Amino acid sequence: MKKLPLSQLDALFAAIAEKRRLYIPAGEAGTASFTPWREGLKLTDALNTARSAKDLFFPQVENLADFKVTGKQIQVIENRDPAEPFVLFGVRACDCRSFDILDKVFLCDPVDTYYQARREQGTVVTLACTEPEETCFCTALGIDPTDPAGDVTAWMAEGFLYLRANTARGEELLSSLPLLEEGEKPEQDRSVFEKLPLRDLDWSAFGGERMMERFNAPQWASLAESCLGCGTCTFVCPTCQCYDIKDFNTGGGVKRYRCWDSCMYSDFTLMSAGQPRPTQLERFRQRFMHKLVYYPANHEGEFGCVGCGRCLQKCPISMNIVKVARALGEEAKP
Amino acid sequence: MRREALIPQVVQVTDIRRDTPDVKTFRVVDLDGRKPFLHIPGQCAMLSMPGVGEALFSITSSPTNEDYLEFSIKKCGCVTDWLHAIEPGQQVTLRGPYGNGFPVDTDFAGKDLVFVAGGIGLAPLRSVINYVRCYRDRYGTVDIVYGSRSKADLVDYQEILDEWCSEPGISVHLTIDNPQPDWDGHVGFVPNFVKELGFDTGKTVVMCGPPIMIKFTLAGLMEQGFPRDQIYTTLELRMKCGLGRCGRCNIGDKYVCKDGPVFRLDQLDQLPDEY
Repeated sequence: MKKLPLSQLDALFAAIAEKRRLYIPAGEAGTASFTPWREGLKLTDALNTARSAKDLFFPQVENLADFKVTGKQIQVIENRDPAEPFVLFGVRACDCRSFDILDKVFLCDPVDTYYQARREQGTVVTLACTEPEETCFCTALGIDPTDPAGDVTAWMAEGFLYLRANTARGEELLSSLPLLEEGEKPEQDRSVFEKLPLRDLDWSAFGGERMMERFNAPQWASLAESCLGCGTCTFVCPTCQCYDIKDFNTGGGVKRYRCWDSCMYSDFTLMSAGQPRPTQLERFRQRFMHKLVYYPANHEGEFGCVGCGRCLQKCPISMNIVKVARALGEEAKP
Repeated sequence: MRREALIPQVVQVTDIRRDTPDVKTFRVVDLDGRKPFLHIPGQCAMLSMPGVGEALFSITSSPTNEDYLEFSIKKCGCVTDWLHAIEPGQQVTLRGPYGNGFPVDTDFAGKDLVFVAGGIGLAPLRSVINYVRCYRDRYGTVDIVYGSRSKADLVDYQEILDEWCSEPGISVHLTIDNPQPDWDGHVGFVPNFVKELGFDTGKTVVMCGPPIMIKFTLAGLMEQGFPRDQIYTTLELRMKCGLGRCGRCNIGDKYVCKDGPVFRLDQLDQLPDEY
């Protein structure tokens, strides 16, 4: 394990940024975001960024290809946003788990080469949590916030930053930083995590096996009743990955781009032949069924939620996955 | 560079046939004049015109056709309006094939087949029907029930008359919704017609058409005692990727684009009613 006095954090960032683009969480609580590091940029005091870290691998908008149309002829021009080596510092355990969830969607056959290129170029340095918020429930999903995954795991304790490489890519990063010294991190007090109000969330009612029961639960109507369909939850969610493909006519050609989309929107599934999810009830249900039933059904029981708590903080009507889990979990009890 | 599934190939439309007032069939080859890719009956592909949009269509031609792909397309939206306005020689983009297709070489082998189609619903079934015609001795009896609003709305009417009707071992049963002077065939809706024909419940039914037709035909078949695992249909929902990722076309944990579009009725019974 390596260590570095926290007073030298800027020097560490400067050393990383010399060779690769470095992103760190910066800004104030509520609006903090992963920001390209520049001289003087400080790590945020906020526990987590407002938007998740998925942007770095699955950006909100990206070019797929260009087309040149001349008369009846079409020419396809490969024009990807370049994927350059980068380091993503300060990812929390929840967001780091979301990469595993996204990997299973984008890296299965046929692989999404845009996502894959970014995954291959990115080195993830996670940062262990010491002061969780009341909305945090990653521990209820089997995530250890005190020992997150990633290529490198970092801890801040007693005036030092401790770093442990978990992968070859992580080794490579740490060995390129001569300012690091050898060191062992002190034992972390975990008692704060045992006091979190959502630590005991019960997910036993969910999973792939009880699809029809959960789908037909009467609770959906009242749960969905107040949903505004604004899509904020999907926007901030680290595991939401539904996308749209659109064309933009530039005048000289056509850009085909991919952008985030949301199952909360009415035009998401609208067809000339009709609408399979006609009201907000069906759309609301789809989002939670996807995360708690459909995703686990297709991925060996793993849930499509990482307990980051962003939807608890950001939903304008204060509806969220915890309320859904409780309402449907209660119903499922014998 | 690894091949990216979302980047399409450029193909050209070599022939456009008007089937009905709102359906045209487009013949497509790659830029070397060859069939763009191999497929299984029932599979789909993404056709697009850059700047207009991309949409999923079932492949109408049979895999046994080695020269080109055909798509029968009803005019009903942005992309299809544009397609209906083009002329032969126009290039479009294509990616695919997507989906599972019909089990023509496994579950269908040796079976007596009843095809039930309504309107543009014939498009995906035409691929299977022509495949079955090509390998006729691998299957039992073949019945085709096809209905439309009017005679003019019967897709592929000429091919049906010239080829299917005259072929020994294939019974074609056509119907239109309302009587008209130049029609001496059956008049009435498909569900009732299927009931009247009273097929043996040992036959395998392959169905595609508007939801209302499927609903009532199914009710009739159930009444007659058809087992649910002998009924196949093909579904379509909105799709952007074709790869099970864009998140639109799922019915429960199944994606129509990759787990479908072909489902057996007993498989659909296991899924939420959201299609």
